[in-house]
Amino acid sequence: MTQLSGWGRYPRVEADIVRARSEADVAAAIEGGALIPRGNGRSYGDSAIGPKVLDMRGLDRMISFEDGVLVAEAGVLLSDIVQTFLPRGWFLPVTPGTRFVTLGGAIAADVHGKNHHLDGSFCDFVDWAEVMGPDGTVTRLAPGDDAFDWLRGGMGLTGIVLRAALRLRPVESGWIVQDSVAAKDLDAAIDGFEARLDAPYAVAWIDGLATGDQLGRSILLFGRHATPDDLSADRRARPFAIPRRRKLSVPVTLPGVALNRVTVGAFNAAYYARGAARAGRQIVDWDRYFYPLDAIGDWTRIYGPKGFLQFQCVLPLETSRDGLRAALTKIAASGQASFLSVLKRMGPQNGRFSFPFEGYTLALDFPVNDRSLALMHALDEITLAHGGRLYLAKDARMPAEVLAKADPRAADFASYRREAGLSAAFASAQSERLGL
Amino acid sequence: MARAIARAFAGAGHPVQLAARDPARLEADKADLETRFGVEVSLHEFDALDTDSHAAFVGGLPDLPDIAVCVVGYMGEQSENIADARAAARVLRSNLEGPASILERLAAAMSARGSGTLVGISSVAGDRGRASNYVYGAAKAGFTAYLSGLRNRLSAENVHVVTVLPGFVRTAMTEGMDLPERLTAEPEEVGAAIVQAVKKRRNIIYVRPIWRLVMAVIRNIPEPIFKKTKL
Ligand SMILES: Cc1cc2nc3c(=O)[nH]c(=O)nc-3n(C[C@H](O)[C@H](O)[C@H](O)COP(=O)(O)OP(=O)(O)OC[C@H]3O[C@@H](n4cnc5c(N)ncnc54)[C@H](O)[C@@H]3O)c2cc1C
Ligand SMILES: NC(=O)c1ccc[n+]([C@@H]2O[C@H](COP(=O)([O-])OP(=O)(O)OC[C@H]3O[C@@H](n4cnc5c(N)ncnc54)[C@H](OP(=O)(O)O)[C@@H]3O)[C@@H](O)[C@H]2O)c1
Repeated sequence: MTQLSGWGRYPRVEADIVRARSEADVAAAIEGGALIPRGNGRSYGDSAIGPKVLDMRGLDRMISFEDGVLVAEAGVLLSDIVQTFLPRGWFLPVTPGTRFVTLGGAIAADVHGKNHHLDGSFCDFVDWAEVMGPDGTVTRLAPGDDAFDWLRGGMGLTGIVLRAALRLRPVESGWIVQDSVAAKDLDAAIDGFEARLDAPYAVAWIDGLATGDQLGRSILLFGRHATPDDLSADRRARPFAIPRRRKLSVPVTLPGVALNRVTVGAFNAAYYARGAARAGRQIVDWDRYFYPLDAIGDWTRIYGPKGFLQFQCVLPLETSRDGLRAALTKIAASGQASFLSVLKRMGPQNGRFSFPFEGYTLALDFPVNDRSLALMHALDEITLAHGGRLYLAKDARMPAEVLAKADPRAADFASYRREAGLSAAFASAQSERLGL
Repeated sequence: MARAIARAFAGAGHPVQLAARDPARLEADKADLETRFGVEVSLHEFDALDTDSHAAFVGGLPDLPDIAVCVVGYMGEQSENIADARAAARVLRSNLEGPASILERLAAAMSARGSGTLVGISSVAGDRGRASNYVYGAAKAGFTAYLSGLRNRLSAENVHVVTVLPGFVRTAMTEGMDLPERLTAEPEEVGAAIVQAVKKRRNIIYVRPIWRLVMAVIRNIPEPIFKKTKL
């Protein structure tokens, strides 16, 4: 028995962890009773924890690479894919804000990146996945199959991904042409996104503590893969070589009080001012562009010993302005410190239980404490009132009623699980909490 | 552990020959090394316990390797190893007799060539026998001594021998054991440490440096006290 948590270090449960190193190990583990597969533990809350956990990182072999399609085992990390294939001119088709996630975890959460508005989510680039069911049989599922639709976004609750085929994206360099724009308030931010829907990548860092006529002020970052013409001669000669980043780390777990309205507010204001001053075109490397947080080892310790929570909702286009304004007003008024938060325009919904749908998604971190929990409860209500839903990969605490109200698909998902005999085989702390 | 070691060498650009009792099981590993690192990989059938076949095995390899790493090992269950002489023999043969035999055949071929490096994975369990696993410990103690002798013999022939003492490693062998975090290495650490050790021609390595200290303490506990401990 080990104490196990998600990335936010909250909640923690006693877990019996088994590591799979072969298909036979997976079959044996499934036979032993209800379990939840776990990738690299980068989901924030309780998606990949429970009384019995199957660690999939030992199944991490790359099987083949042909015509841009990589076949690999579920435990392969996206960071390994970048490291292996970027030098050959291929990049991930979709990437979350950290590259330290597994192929299996990316499929199970159907993760989205900064290109969701144009390209969709991770599973839109998965040609097939081989999945082990409750009786140990392995089925190859492909888009169009009912079971594939439930697998994507199904949070490991419909079977264990053993292997999958992922279509990579050809790129001409490891550099990104970034265009940053300061938006003085929420309307400016949304107008900014809407004006640039053709930008391959788009994301905004939003100041969750700004109030009044600065409410929702943001730095919008648009990007596209650089072509040789964008690069200086020396970079053009070695388009995939990027400078090594120094790894920073937070040396100690800070006491929870180090983060407060004043310190974080000052940080956010400084970040905004710097962003506004540097607005314009810049060439940045893929690492800094896609994974700013990966350079800071153990950054979660900044939130103190109790851990932290992330709130991520998506709101439909029609209600986004009102809903975001209501949420940001609530957050700013609560004074609960949130470092730069993320705002993103999403494209249409794909998949039966995936999180994204067309509209705006807002993600913010909070240290675990009673006030944060109360605030998040209020944010749940705002999300519901505006027809939004929450992201299971970030969730550690939403009440089952909120999920049921926000997402009618949850009931269908639960009955699919029951009818297909999946509920008895696959269960996480999250599925128990939410009645999935 | 073998998988991680192969990756570390392939990552450094070495072509790899993988040998195991059932080479068909290694197809995915071969594909992995080829896909990730673009090196050549071949598979070979090998049983450490079938010592009669070892000379022919070495002779039959397409190329005599520059570096050979013997990862073979078997722990069994201590209670069974005590109760059943045949179980004990299997542990002794898998960790000592078999590995010694194959390394000796490779040593002969390497010294005939005039170059090479042999790596043996032994264990800190061989540094001092403990009630909880002294059958395995005795086998590894024998293997450590064997490697030391081999190194001594081959030092004049430009064949180098590295003894690896991994400490605890998170592998199938230790699955389900409650291991102390700081003393437990991931297989990748072992792979990286071995590549370094071969490059720098080190003689004996502990993967996590803290083990050198831990074992110094354990080796120096006086026997009258040690026999009463539960380690
Ligand atoms: C800094 C940071 C930034 C992030 N940014 C984004 C972002 O931009 N967009 C986004 O979408 N997400 C983002 N995330 C969330 C993260 O991408 C997802 O939680 C992802 O699922 C984590 O993958 P993992 O391998 O760590 O899986 P885990 O966290 O271990 O597990 C996540 C889920 O996948 C399931 N699972 C794991 N392996 C398998 C398998 N082999 N078969 C079936 N199910 C499996 C688990 O049961 C669990 O439900 C971010 C997380 C962090 C820490
Ligand atoms: N894990 C630890 O904490 C730890 C600590 C110190 C030392 N070690 C040593 O490290 C080495 C690797 O062990 P591991 O932890 O990776 O455990 P493992 O998964 O059990 O590996 C044992 C290896 O030995 C091979 N093997 C066993 N008997 C064989 C035989 N008769 N012929 C050919 N190959 C045989 C196995 O090959 P197959 O694939 O054919 O089964 C397997 O590759 C062993 O020597 C072990 O004693 C381990």
